[in-house]
Amino acid sequence: MSPMMFELLLRSLWETVLMTAASGLISLIFGLPLGLALVATDRGGIAEQLWLNRILGGIVNGFRSVPFIILLVALIPLTRLIVGTSIGTWAAIVPLAIAATPYYARIAEVSLREVDRGLIEAVRAMGGGRWAIIREVLVPEALPGIVAGFTVTLVTLVGASAMAGAIGAGGLGDLAIRYGYQRFETAVMVAVVIVLIVLVCGIQWVGDRLVTRLDRRG
Amino acid sequence: MNQHFSSAGATLPPGDVAPAGDVVRIVDLKRRFGRTPAVDGVSLTVRKGEILGIIGRSGAGKSTLIRCLNGLERPDAGQIFVEGREITGLSERDLQPLRRRIGMIFQHFNLLSAKTVEDNVALPLKIEGRSKAERLARAAELLDLVGLADKTKAYPASLSGGQKQRVGIARALAARPALLLSDEATSALDPETTRSILSLLKDINQKLGLTILLITHEMEVIRTIADRIAVLDAGRIIEEGPVWSVFADPQSEVTRSLLGGIRPQLPAAIAGRFARSGREAILRIDIAGEAARRPLLQELAAAVPGRYRLVHGGIDHIQGEPVGTLFLGAATPAGRLAEVVDFLNARGARVEVLGHVTDDV
Repeated sequence: MSPMMFELLLRSLWETVLMTAASGLISLIFGLPLGLALVATDRGGIAEQLWLNRILGGIVNGFRSVPFIILLVALIPLTRLIVGTSIGTWAAIVPLAIAATPYYARIAEVSLREVDRGLIEAVRAMGGGRWAIIREVLVPEALPGIVAGFTVTLVTLVGASAMAGAIGAGGLGDLAIRYGYQRFETAVMVAVVIVLIVLVCGIQWVGDRLVTRLDRRG
Repeated sequence: MNQHFSSAGATLPPGDVAPAGDVVRIVDLKRRFGRTPAVDGVSLTVRKGEILGIIGRSGAGKSTLIRCLNGLERPDAGQIFVEGREITGLSERDLQPLRRRIGMIFQHFNLLSAKTVEDNVALPLKIEGRSKAERLARAAELLDLVGLADKTKAYPASLSGGQKQRVGIARALAARPALLLSDEATSALDPETTRSILSLLKDINQKLGLTILLITHEMEVIRTIADRIAVLDAGRIIEEGPVWSVFADPQSEVTRSLLGGIRPQLPAAIAGRFARSGREAILRIDIAGEAARRPLLQELAAAVPGRYRLVHGGIDHIQGEPVGTLFLGAATPAGRLAEVVDFLNARGARVEVLGHVTDDV
Protein backbone atom coordinates (compact mmCIF):
# COMPACT_ATOMS: atom_id res chain seq x y z
CA MET A 1 0.00 0.00 0.00
CA SER A 2 1.39 3.38 -0.96
CA PRO A 3 2.17 6.04 1.66
CA MET A 4 -0.61 8.14 0.14
CA MET A 5 -3.01 5.30 0.64
CA PHE A 6 -1.85 4.89 4.23
CA GLU A 7 -2.43 8.56 4.87
CA LEU A 8 -5.90 8.26 3.37
CA LEU A 9 -6.61 5.32 5.64
CA LEU A 10 -5.54 7.30 8.71
CA ARG A 11 -7.67 10.26 7.68
CA SER A 12 -10.66 8.00 7.10
CA LEU A 13 -10.14 6.41 10.49
CA TRP A 14 -10.11 9.84 12.10
CA GLU A 15 -13.32 10.77 10.26
CA THR A 16 -15.03 7.61 11.41
CA VAL A 17 -13.89 8.10 14.98
CA LEU A 18 -15.02 11.72 14.90
CA MET A 19 -18.45 10.89 13.49
CA THR A 20 -18.94 8.01 15.92
CA ALA A 21 -17.73 9.90 18.97
CA ALA A 22 -19.61 13.11 18.29
CA SER A 23 -22.93 11.51 17.34
CA GLY A 24 -22.50 8.97 20.15
CA LEU A 25 -22.01 11.74 22.68
CA ILE A 26 -25.06 13.59 21.42
CA SER A 27 -27.15 10.42 21.51
CA LEU A 28 -26.04 9.89 25.12
CA ILE A 29 -26.92 13.44 26.13
CA PHE A 30 -30.38 13.29 24.57
CA GLY A 31 -31.07 9.57 24.54
CA LEU A 32 -30.59 8.92 28.24
CA PRO A 33 -33.07 11.59 29.36
CA LEU A 34 -35.44 10.38 26.64
CA GLY A 35 -35.10 6.82 27.95
CA LEU A 36 -35.73 8.10 31.48
CA ALA A 37 -38.78 9.98 30.24
CA LEU A 38 -40.12 6.86 28.54
CA VAL A 39 -39.82 4.89 31.80
CA ALA A 40 -41.01 7.66 34.10
CA THR A 41 -44.12 8.58 32.14
CA ASP A 42 -45.24 5.01 31.55
CA ARG A 43 -47.99 3.34 33.57
CA GLY A 44 -46.84 2.98 37.18
CA GLY A 45 -43.82 5.20 36.52
CA ILE A 46 -42.61 7.93 38.84
CA ALA A 47 -44.20 10.65 36.67
CA GLU A 48 -47.01 8.77 34.97
CA GLN A 49 -48.27 10.75 31.96
CA LEU A 50 -49.65 8.25 29.52
CA TRP A 51 -50.40 10.70 26.71
CA LEU A 52 -46.84 12.05 26.87
CA ASN A 53 -45.52 8.51 26.97
CA ARG A 54 -47.44 7.63 23.79
CA ILE A 55 -46.23 10.75 21.99
CA LEU A 56 -42.59 10.13 22.95
CA GLY A 57 -42.89 6.46 22.07
CA GLY A 58 -44.42 7.36 18.72
CA ILE A 59 -41.64 9.80 17.86
CA VAL A 60 -38.99 7.28 18.85
CA ASN A 61 -40.61 4.54 16.78
CA GLY A 62 -41.05 6.91 13.85
CA PHE A 63 -37.38 7.79 13.70
CA ARG A 64 -36.30 4.23 14.27
CA SER A 65 -38.40 2.91 11.39
CA VAL A 66 -36.88 5.23 8.77
CA PRO A 67 -33.90 3.57 7.03
CA PHE A 68 -30.74 5.50 7.83
CA ILE A 69 -29.88 6.24 4.20
CA ILE A 70 -33.31 7.92 3.78
CA LEU A 71 -32.88 9.87 7.03
CA LEU A 72 -29.49 11.03 5.81
CA VAL A 73 -31.07 12.65 2.76
CA ALA A 74 -34.32 13.75 4.38
CA LEU A 75 -32.49 15.64 7.11
CA ILE A 76 -30.37 17.69 4.68
CA PRO A 77 -32.34 20.92 5.30
CA LEU A 78 -31.97 20.53 9.07
CA THR A 79 -28.30 19.69 8.73
CA ARG A 80 -27.74 22.81 6.63
CA LEU A 81 -29.53 24.84 9.29
CA ILE A 82 -27.36 23.50 12.11
CA VAL A 83 -23.93 22.99 10.53
CA GLY A 84 -24.20 25.46 7.67
CA THR A 85 -23.45 22.83 5.06
CA SER A 86 -25.04 19.55 4.01
CA ILE A 87 -21.83 17.77 3.01
CA GLY A 88 -18.76 16.61 4.86
CA THR A 89 -17.95 14.87 8.14
CA TRP A 90 -19.58 17.44 10.40
CA ALA A 91 -22.72 17.40 8.30
CA ALA A 92 -22.98 13.64 8.74
CA ILE A 93 -22.94 13.96 12.51
CA VAL A 94 -26.44 15.52 12.52
CA PRO A 95 -28.32 12.62 10.91
CA LEU A 96 -26.14 10.07 12.73
CA ALA A 97 -26.97 11.67 16.09
CA ILE A 98 -30.64 11.93 15.22
CA ALA A 99 -30.77 8.27 14.26
CA ALA A 100 -28.75 7.14 17.27
CA THR A 101 -30.67 9.10 19.90
CA PRO A 102 -33.98 7.16 19.73
CA TYR A 103 -32.00 3.94 19.28
CA TYR A 104 -30.04 4.59 22.44
CA ALA A 105 -33.14 5.84 24.25
CA ARG A 106 -34.78 2.44 23.76
CA ILE A 107 -31.69 0.59 24.96
CA ALA A 108 -31.41 2.82 28.04
CA GLU A 109 -35.15 2.38 28.63
CA VAL A 110 -34.75 -1.39 28.86
CA SER A 111 -31.98 -1.07 31.47
CA LEU A 112 -33.93 1.50 33.48
CA ARG A 113 -37.03 -0.68 33.45
CA GLU A 114 -35.10 -3.54 34.98
CA VAL A 115 -34.33 -1.58 38.14
CA ASP A 116 -36.09 -3.31 41.03
CA ARG A 117 -39.26 -1.41 41.92
CA GLY A 118 -38.56 -2.18 45.57
CA LEU A 119 -35.56 0.15 45.44
CA ILE A 120 -37.70 3.00 44.13
CA GLU A 121 -40.18 2.27 46.88
CA ALA A 122 -37.43 2.31 49.50
CA VAL A 123 -36.29 5.76 48.42
CA ARG A 124 -39.88 7.03 48.30
CA ALA A 125 -40.36 5.64 51.80
CA MET A 126 -37.39 7.64 53.06
CA GLY A 127 -38.90 10.83 51.70
CA GLY A 128 -37.18 11.00 48.34
CA GLY A 129 -38.83 12.76 45.42
CA ARG A 130 -38.57 12.05 41.70
CA TRP A 131 -35.22 13.69 41.36
CA ALA A 132 -33.78 11.63 44.20
CA ILE A 133 -35.21 8.49 42.61
CA ILE A 134 -33.58 9.31 39.28
CA ARG A 135 -30.25 10.35 40.75
CA GLU A 136 -29.90 7.83 43.55
CA VAL A 137 -31.74 4.81 42.18
CA LEU A 138 -32.59 4.67 38.49
CA VAL A 139 -29.37 5.92 36.94
CA PRO A 140 -26.82 4.38 39.34
CA GLU A 141 -28.62 1.02 39.48
CA ALA A 142 -29.05 0.86 35.70
CA LEU A 143 -25.55 2.21 35.01
CA PRO A 144 -23.98 -1.09 33.93
CA GLY A 145 -26.79 -1.54 31.39
CA ILE A 146 -26.64 2.09 30.36
CA VAL A 147 -22.91 1.78 29.65
CA ALA A 148 -23.28 -1.59 27.90
CA GLY A 149 -26.07 -0.08 25.77
CA PHE A 150 -23.90 2.87 24.92
CA THR A 151 -21.19 0.49 23.71
CA VAL A 152 -23.72 -1.20 21.43
CA THR A 153 -24.78 2.21 20.14
CA LEU A 154 -21.20 3.23 19.35
CA VAL A 155 -20.58 0.01 17.43
CA THR A 156 -23.81 0.54 15.49
CA LEU A 157 -22.67 4.09 14.73
CA VAL A 158 -19.37 2.83 13.33
CA GLY A 159 -21.43 0.77 10.87
CA ALA A 160 -23.91 3.54 10.09
CA SER A 161 -21.12 6.05 9.45
CA ALA A 162 -20.13 4.00 6.39
CA MET A 163 -23.34 5.19 4.74
CA ALA A 164 -22.46 8.79 5.50
CA GLY A 165 -20.09 8.60 2.54
CA ALA A 166 -23.21 9.26 0.47
CA ILE A 167 -23.09 12.88 1.59
CA GLY A 168 -19.33 13.21 1.29
CA ALA A 169 -18.56 12.62 4.93
CA GLY A 170 -15.63 10.35 4.25
CA GLY A 171 -14.76 7.74 6.82
CA LEU A 172 -13.60 4.13 6.62
CA GLY A 173 -16.75 2.79 4.97
CA ASP A 174 -16.54 5.40 2.26
CA LEU A 175 -12.90 4.53 1.66
CA ALA A 176 -13.73 0.86 1.34
CA ILE A 177 -16.50 1.55 -1.17
CA ARG A 178 -14.61 4.03 -3.34
CA TYR A 179 -11.20 2.34 -3.43
CA GLY A 180 -11.72 -1.23 -2.39
CA TYR A 181 -15.01 -1.88 -4.18
CA GLN A 182 -15.24 0.55 -7.08
CA ARG A 183 -11.53 0.47 -8.01
CA PHE A 184 -10.92 -3.19 -7.15
CA GLU A 185 -8.10 -2.39 -4.72
CA THR A 186 -8.41 -5.46 -2.56
CA ALA A 187 -5.52 -4.41 -0.31
CA VAL A 188 -7.42 -1.26 0.69
CA MET A 189 -10.58 -3.22 1.31
CA VAL A 190 -8.76 -5.69 3.55
CA ALA A 191 -6.95 -2.91 5.38
CA VAL A 192 -10.22 -1.07 6.04
CA VAL A 193 -11.93 -4.20 7.28
CA ILE A 194 -9.02 -4.93 9.64
CA VAL A 195 -9.05 -1.38 10.98
CA LEU A 196 -12.82 -1.57 11.49
CA ILE A 197 -12.53 -4.87 13.35
CA VAL A 198 -9.83 -3.45 15.62
CA LEU A 199 -11.92 -0.31 16.19
CA VAL A 200 -15.07 -2.23 17.05
CA CYS A 201 -13.19 -4.68 19.28
CA GLY A 202 -11.52 -1.76 21.04
CA ILE A 203 -14.83 -0.03 21.73
CA GLN A 204 -16.37 -3.26 22.96
CA TRP A 205 -13.39 -4.06 25.17
CA VAL A 206 -13.41 -0.66 26.85
CA GLY A 207 -17.20 -0.87 27.28
CA ASP A 208 -17.04 -4.35 28.80
CA ARG A 209 -14.28 -3.38 31.20
CA LEU A 210 -16.25 -0.36 32.32
CA VAL A 211 -19.38 -2.44 32.87
CA THR A 212 -17.47 -4.99 34.96
CA ARG A 213 -16.05 -2.24 37.07
CA LEU A 214 -19.43 -0.54 37.55
CA ASP A 215 -21.45 -3.65 38.27
CA ARG A 216 -21.70 -4.14 42.03
CA ARG A 217 -24.59 -6.56 41.89
CA GLY A 218 -22.22 -9.40 42.67
CA MET B 1 -43.82 -31.58 68.87
CA ASN B 2 -43.19 -30.11 72.23
CA GLN B 3 -41.94 -26.59 72.28
CA HIS B 4 -40.13 -24.91 75.08
CA PHE B 5 -39.55 -21.26 74.77
CA SER B 6 -37.60 -19.09 77.07
CA SER B 7 -38.71 -15.62 77.88
CA ALA B 8 -37.81 -13.14 75.17
CA GLY B 9 -36.53 -10.81 77.82
CA ALA B 10 -39.62 -8.67 77.76
CA THR B 11 -39.52 -6.31 80.64
CA LEU B 12 -42.83 -4.59 80.12
CA PRO B 13 -45.66 -5.79 82.29
CA PRO B 14 -48.14 -7.55 80.03
CA GLY B 15 -50.48 -5.26 78.18
CA ASP B 16 -49.32 -2.30 80.16
CA VAL B 17 -47.69 0.16 77.80
CA ALA B 18 -47.25 3.66 79.06
CA PRO B 19 -49.99 5.75 77.47
CA ALA B 20 -47.56 8.51 76.56
CA GLY B 21 -49.52 9.20 73.39
CA ASP B 22 -50.34 7.51 70.14
CA VAL B 23 -47.82 7.59 67.35
CA VAL B 24 -50.33 6.36 64.81
CA ARG B 25 -54.10 6.42 64.87
CA ILE B 26 -56.02 4.77 62.06
CA VAL B 27 -59.74 5.36 61.74
CA ASP B 28 -61.94 3.17 59.58
CA LEU B 29 -59.38 2.80 56.81
CA LYS B 30 -60.50 1.37 53.49
CA ARG B 31 -58.61 0.49 50.34
CA ARG B 32 -59.82 -1.67 47.51
CA PHE B 33 -58.17 -2.93 44.35
CA GLY B 34 -60.78 -3.19 41.65
CA ARG B 35 -63.69 -4.83 43.39
CA THR B 36 -61.66 -6.64 46.05
CA PRO B 37 -61.25 -4.79 49.33
CA ALA B 38 -57.68 -5.14 50.60
CA VAL B 39 -58.25 -3.10 53.74
CA ASP B 40 -61.86 -3.04 54.80
CA GLY B 41 -62.49 -0.69 57.68
CA VAL B 42 -59.44 -0.94 59.94
CA SER B 43 -59.22 1.16 63.09
CA LEU B 44 -56.05 0.84 65.10
CA THR B 45 -53.69 2.81 67.27
CA VAL B 46 -49.98 2.37 67.75
CA ARG B 47 -48.80 3.64 71.10
CA LYS B 48 -45.54 5.38 71.71
CA GLY B 49 -42.73 2.98 72.49
CA GLU B 50 -44.59 -0.24 71.83
CA ILE B 51 -44.03 -2.99 69.30
CA LEU B 52 -47.30 -3.76 67.61
CA GLY B 53 -47.37 -6.87 65.48
CA ILE B 54 -49.98 -7.28 62.79
CA ILE B 55 -50.36 -10.84 61.64
CA GLY B 56 -52.43 -12.34 58.88
CA ARG B 57 -52.29 -14.86 56.09
CA SER B 58 -51.10 -13.82 52.65
CA GLY B 59 -53.66 -11.58 51.04
CA ALA B 60 -55.12 -10.46 54.36
CA GLY B 61 -54.25 -6.84 53.55
CA LYS B 62 -51.18 -6.45 55.77
CA SER B 63 -48.92 -4.92 53.15
CA THR B 64 -51.58 -2.52 51.93
CA LEU B 65 -52.27 -1.41 55.48
CA ILE B 66 -48.64 -0.77 56.39
CA ARG B 67 -48.00 1.02 53.10
CA CYS B 68 -50.90 3.37 53.77
CA LEU B 69 -49.07 4.62 56.86
CA ASN B 70 -46.32 6.35 54.90
CA GLY B 71 -48.43 7.15 51.91
CA LEU B 72 -46.90 4.60 49.55
CA GLU B 73 -50.48 3.44 49.16
CA ARG B 74 -53.45 5.80 49.02
CA PRO B 75 -56.51 4.78 51.02
CA ASP B 76 -59.97 5.17 49.50
CA ALA B 77 -61.57 6.18 52.77
CA GLY B 78 -60.76 6.68 56.42
CA GLN B 79 -58.15 8.68 58.25
CA ILE B 80 -54.60 8.15 59.39
CA PHE B 81 -52.95 10.37 61.99
CA VAL B 82 -49.20 10.18 62.44
CA GLU B 83 -48.01 12.00 65.55
CA GLY B 84 -51.36 13.71 65.66
CA ARG B 85 -51.22 14.98 62.11
CA GLU B 86 -53.62 13.71 59.49
CA ILE B 87 -51.77 12.38 56.48
CA THR B 88 -54.60 11.14 54.31
CA GLY B 89 -55.09 13.47 51.40
CA LEU B 90 -51.60 14.96 51.58
CA SER B 91 -49.87 15.49 48.26
CA GLU B 92 -46.77 13.48 47.36
CA ARG B 93 -44.67 16.54 48.09
CA ASP B 94 -46.25 17.10 51.51
CA LEU B 95 -45.79 13.45 52.34
CA GLN B 96 -42.03 13.65 51.86
CA PRO B 97 -41.13 15.37 55.16
CA LEU B 98 -43.54 13.07 56.96
CA ARG B 99 -41.89 9.97 55.51
CA ARG B 100 -38.63 11.12 57.04
CA ARG B 101 -40.30 10.61 60.43
CA ILE B 102 -41.07 7.01 59.50
CA GLY B 103 -38.39 4.43 58.82
CA MET B 104 -39.19 1.31 56.87
CA ILE B 105 -37.53 -2.06 56.45
CA PHE B 106 -38.43 -4.58 53.78
CA GLN B 107 -38.58 -8.31 53.22
CA HIS B 108 -36.06 -8.11 50.39
CA PHE B 109 -33.98 -5.40 52.10
CA ASN B 110 -34.12 -3.06 49.09
CA LEU B 111 -30.54 -1.90 49.42
CA LEU B 112 -29.03 0.03 46.52
CA SER B 113 -26.50 -2.28 44.90
CA ALA B 114 -24.46 0.55 43.43
CA LYS B 115 -23.82 2.19 46.79
CA THR B 116 -21.57 1.10 49.63
CA VAL B 117 -23.11 0.06 52.94
CA GLU B 118 -22.19 3.44 54.38
CA ASP B 119 -23.78 5.35 51.49
CA ASN B 120 -26.92 3.24 51.76
CA VAL B 121 -27.26 4.10 55.43
CA ALA B 122 -26.52 7.76 54.79
CA LEU B 123 -29.00 8.06 51.92
CA PRO B 124 -32.00 9.29 53.95
CA LEU B 125 -29.80 12.08 55.27
CA LYS B 126 -28.56 12.93 51.79
CA ILE B 127 -32.18 13.25 50.70
CA GLU B 128 -32.78 15.46 53.72
CA GLY B 129 -29.92 17.66 52.52
CA ARG B 130 -27.45 17.08 55.38
CA SER B 131 -23.75 17.67 54.92
CA LYS B 132 -21.50 14.82 53.92
CA ALA B 133 -19.54 14.90 57.18
CA GLU B 134 -22.75 14.70 59.20
CA ARG B 135 -24.08 11.84 57.03
CA LEU B 136 -20.97 9.75 57.35
CA ALA B 137 -20.71 10.32 61.09
CA ARG B 138 -24.31 9.20 61.55
CA ALA B 139 -23.80 6.19 59.27
CA ALA B 140 -20.76 5.10 61.28
CA GLU B 141 -22.71 5.45 64.52
CA LEU B 142 -25.60 3.36 63.18
CA LEU B 143 -23.43 0.69 61.62
CA ASP B 144 -21.80 0.36 65.00
CA LEU B 145 -25.24 -0.02 66.60
CA VAL B 146 -26.22 -2.84 64.24
CA GLY B 147 -22.82 -4.52 64.55
CA LEU B 148 -21.49 -3.87 61.06
CA ALA B 149 -18.80 -1.31 61.79
CA ASP B 150 -16.34 -3.33 59.69
CA LYS B 151 -18.54 -3.38 56.58
CA THR B 152 -18.69 0.37 55.99
CA LYS B 153 -17.08 0.30 52.56
CA ALA B 154 -18.51 -3.03 51.42
CA TYR B 155 -21.18 -3.33 48.74
CA PRO B 156 -24.49 -5.02 49.63
CA ALA B 157 -23.87 -7.91 47.23
CA SER B 158 -21.04 -9.14 49.45
CA LEU B 159 -23.25 -9.33 52.56
CA SER B 160 -25.35 -12.19 53.91
CA GLY B 161 -29.13 -11.82 54.22
CA GLY B 162 -28.92 -11.02 57.92
CA GLN B 163 -26.22 -8.42 57.33
CA LYS B 164 -28.29 -6.85 54.56
CA GLN B 165 -31.24 -6.50 56.89
CA ARG B 166 -28.98 -4.95 59.52
CA VAL B 167 -27.96 -2.36 56.94
CA GLY B 168 -31.66 -1.91 56.15
CA ILE B 169 -32.36 -1.27 59.83
CA ALA B 170 -29.46 1.17 60.13
CA ARG B 171 -30.73 3.01 57.06
CA ALA B 172 -34.26 3.14 58.44
CA LEU B 173 -32.94 4.71 61.66
CA ALA B 174 -30.68 7.25 59.96
CA ALA B 175 -33.13 10.15 60.02
CA ARG B 176 -34.12 9.45 63.66
CA PRO B 177 -37.68 8.38 62.90
CA ALA B 178 -40.54 8.34 65.38
CA LEU B 179 -41.85 5.09 63.97
CA LEU B 180 -40.33 2.06 62.30
CA LEU B 181 -42.41 0.05 59.86
CA SER B 182 -41.29 -3.51 59.27
CA ASP B 183 -42.75 -5.19 56.20
CA GLU B 184 -42.07 -8.93 56.66
CA ALA B 185 -38.50 -8.02 57.54
CA THR B 186 -37.50 -11.52 58.57
CA SER B 187 -39.54 -13.57 56.10
CA ALA B 188 -36.60 -14.07 53.74
CA LEU B 189 -34.20 -15.09 56.51
CA ASP B 190 -33.39 -18.43 58.10
CA PRO B 191 -34.59 -19.06 61.69
CA GLU B 192 -31.28 -18.28 63.34
CA THR B 193 -30.80 -15.02 61.45
CA THR B 194 -34.44 -14.17 62.12
CA ARG B 195 -33.80 -14.47 65.86
CA SER B 196 -30.77 -12.20 65.68
CA ILE B 197 -32.63 -9.57 63.66
CA LEU B 198 -35.60 -9.71 66.03
CA SER B 199 -33.39 -9.29 69.06
CA LEU B 200 -31.75 -6.32 67.36
CA LEU B 201 -35.18 -4.76 66.79
CA LYS B 202 -36.18 -5.41 70.40
CA ASP B 203 -32.92 -3.89 71.51
CA ILE B 204 -33.50 -0.77 69.46
CA ASN B 205 -37.05 -0.54 70.74
CA GLN B 206 -35.79 -0.59 74.32
CA LYS B 207 -32.61 1.47 73.92
CA LEU B 208 -34.06 4.19 71.74
CA GLY B 209 -37.68 3.90 72.78
CA LEU B 210 -38.55 3.53 69.11
CA THR B 211 -42.11 2.59 68.27
CA ILE B 212 -42.28 -0.36 65.88
CA LEU B 213 -45.16 -1.55 63.75
CA LEU B 214 -44.42 -4.85 62.11
CA ILE B 215 -46.38 -7.06 59.81
CA THR B 216 -45.67 -10.72 59.48
CA HIS B 217 -47.28 -14.04 58.72
CA GLU B 218 -45.13 -15.78 61.31
CA MET B 219 -46.52 -16.07 64.82
CA GLU B 220 -43.01 -16.76 66.08
CA VAL B 221 -42.02 -13.19 65.18
CA ILE B 222 -44.92 -11.79 67.16
CA ARG B 223 -44.19 -14.10 70.09
CA THR B 224 -40.57 -13.06 70.22
CA ILE B 225 -40.81 -9.29 70.17
CA ALA B 226 -44.30 -7.84 70.00
CA ASP B 227 -46.09 -6.24 72.95
CA ARG B 228 -49.45 -6.20 71.27
CA ILE B 229 -50.91 -8.19 68.43
CA ALA B 230 -53.61 -7.41 65.90
CA VAL B 231 -54.91 -10.19 63.69
CA LEU B 232 -55.90 -9.12 60.22
CA ASP B 233 -58.16 -11.23 58.07
CA ALA B 234 -59.83 -10.25 54.81
CA GLY B 235 -58.94 -6.62 55.45
CA ARG B 236 -60.42 -6.46 58.94
CA ILE B 237 -58.94 -6.65 62.40
CA ILE B 238 -60.59 -9.63 63.97
CA GLU B 239 -58.64 -9.78 67.19
CA GLU B 240 -56.38 -7.44 69.10
CA GLY B 241 -54.70 -7.39 72.48
CA PRO B 242 -51.54 -8.01 74.50
CA VAL B 243 -49.64 -10.88 72.91
CA TRP B 244 -49.73 -13.15 75.94
CA SER B 245 -53.48 -12.86 76.39
CA VAL B 246 -54.27 -13.47 72.72
CA PHE B 247 -51.93 -16.45 72.78
CA ALA B 248 -53.56 -17.75 75.93
CA ASP B 249 -57.11 -17.32 74.76
CA PRO B 250 -57.47 -16.80 71.01
CA GLN B 251 -61.02 -15.82 70.15
CA SER B 252 -61.17 -16.41 66.43
CA GLU B 253 -60.65 -19.45 64.27
CA VAL B 254 -58.08 -17.59 62.15
CA THR B 255 -55.99 -16.71 65.20
CA ARG B 256 -56.16 -20.28 66.43
CA SER B 257 -55.06 -21.53 63.06
CA LEU B 258 -52.18 -19.01 62.89
CA LEU B 259 -51.17 -20.10 66.39
CA GLY B 260 -51.33 -23.73 65.32
CA GLY B 261 -47.69 -23.92 64.38
CA ILE B 262 -46.41 -22.39 67.56
CA ARG B 263 -48.72 -23.69 70.32
CA PRO B 264 -48.65 -27.36 71.33
CA GLN B 265 -51.13 -29.50 69.41
CA LEU B 266 -52.47 -32.93 70.26
CA PRO B 267 -50.05 -35.40 68.69
CA ALA B 268 -51.58 -37.44 65.88
CA ALA B 269 -50.37 -40.62 67.59
CA ILE B 270 -52.76 -39.96 70.46
CA ALA B 271 -55.62 -38.60 68.38
CA GLY B 272 -55.44 -41.74 66.27
CA ARG B 273 -56.16 -43.95 69.25
CA PHE B 274 -59.27 -42.23 70.50
CA ALA B 275 -62.06 -44.68 71.19
CA ARG B 276 -65.71 -44.06 72.04
CA SER B 277 -64.99 -44.95 75.61
CA GLY B 278 -61.89 -45.79 77.56
CA ARG B 279 -60.60 -45.63 81.06
CA GLU B 280 -58.44 -42.59 80.48
CA ALA B 281 -59.76 -39.24 79.26
CA ILE B 282 -57.46 -36.92 77.30
CA LEU B 283 -58.00 -33.28 78.29
CA ARG B 284 -56.68 -30.15 76.74
CA ILE B 285 -56.01 -27.53 79.39
CA ASP B 286 -55.20 -23.92 78.50
CA ILE B 287 -53.88 -21.86 81.34
CA ALA B 288 -52.23 -18.48 81.57
CA GLY B 289 -51.23 -15.87 84.10
CA GLU B 290 -51.96 -16.63 87.77
CA ALA B 291 -53.52 -20.02 87.06
CA ALA B 292 -50.33 -21.19 85.40
CA ARG B 293 -48.23 -20.29 88.42
CA ARG B 294 -50.13 -22.58 90.81
CA PRO B 295 -49.29 -26.22 91.53
CA LEU B 296 -52.38 -27.08 89.57
CA LEU B 297 -51.89 -30.79 89.04
CA GLN B 298 -51.08 -31.43 92.67
CA GLU B 299 -54.21 -29.53 93.72
CA LEU B 300 -56.25 -31.47 91.19
CA ALA B 301 -55.00 -34.81 92.48
CA ALA B 302 -55.87 -33.77 96.03
CA ALA B 303 -59.37 -32.63 95.08
CA VAL B 304 -60.39 -35.47 92.80
CA PRO B 305 -58.52 -38.73 93.34
CA GLY B 306 -57.30 -40.35 90.17
CA ARG B 307 -54.31 -41.10 88.06
CA TYR B 308 -53.12 -38.01 86.20
CA ARG B 309 -50.31 -37.78 83.76
CA LEU B 310 -49.07 -35.23 81.28
CA VAL B 311 -49.03 -36.65 77.77
CA HIS B 312 -47.99 -33.55 75.87
CA GLY B 313 -47.66 -29.77 76.06
CA GLY B 314 -45.81 -27.24 78.08
CA ILE B 315 -45.70 -23.76 79.49
CA ASP B 316 -44.32 -20.94 77.43
CA HIS B 317 -43.38 -17.50 78.73
CA ILE B 318 -44.63 -14.62 76.65
CA GLN B 319 -43.86 -11.09 77.77
CA GLY B 320 -42.91 -12.69 81.07
CA GLU B 321 -46.34 -14.27 81.52
CA PRO B 322 -46.75 -18.03 81.63
CA VAL B 323 -49.02 -19.28 78.85
CA GLY B 324 -49.53 -23.01 78.81
CA THR B 325 -51.29 -25.69 76.87
CA LEU B 326 -51.25 -29.07 78.59
CA PHE B 327 -52.61 -32.37 77.38
CA LEU B 328 -53.55 -34.39 80.42
CA GLY B 329 -54.40 -38.03 80.67
CA ALA B 330 -56.95 -38.39 83.49
CA ALA B 331 -57.99 -41.84 84.72
CA THR B 332 -60.69 -41.11 87.28
CA PRO B 333 -63.34 -43.19 89.04
CA ALA B 334 -66.48 -43.53 86.92
CA GLY B 335 -68.58 -40.38 86.72
CA ARG B 336 -66.02 -38.08 88.30
CA LEU B 337 -64.56 -36.59 85.11
CA ALA B 338 -67.04 -33.72 85.32
CA GLU B 339 -65.59 -32.85 88.73
CA VAL B 340 -62.13 -32.65 87.20
CA VAL B 341 -63.38 -30.26 84.57
CA ASP B 342 -65.22 -28.14 87.12
CA PHE B 343 -62.19 -28.02 89.39
CA LEU B 344 -59.91 -26.84 86.61
CA ASN B 345 -62.42 -24.31 85.37
CA ALA B 346 -62.70 -22.92 88.86
CA ARG B 347 -58.91 -22.48 88.87
CA GLY B 348 -59.10 -20.33 85.77
CA ALA B 349 -58.16 -22.94 83.17
CA ARG B 350 -60.03 -23.66 79.98
CA VAL B 351 -60.65 -27.38 79.65
CA GLU B 352 -61.76 -29.46 76.74
CA VAL B 353 -62.28 -33.23 76.87
CA LEU B 354 -60.82 -34.38 73.60
CA GLY B 355 -61.55 -38.11 73.81
CA HIS B 356 -60.76 -41.34 75.56
CA VAL B 357 -58.09 -43.93 75.18
CA THR B 358 -58.24 -47.47 76.44
CA ASP B 359 -54.61 -47.98 77.31
CA ASP B 360 -51.54 -45.85 77.82
CA VAL B 361 -50.35 -44.05 74.74
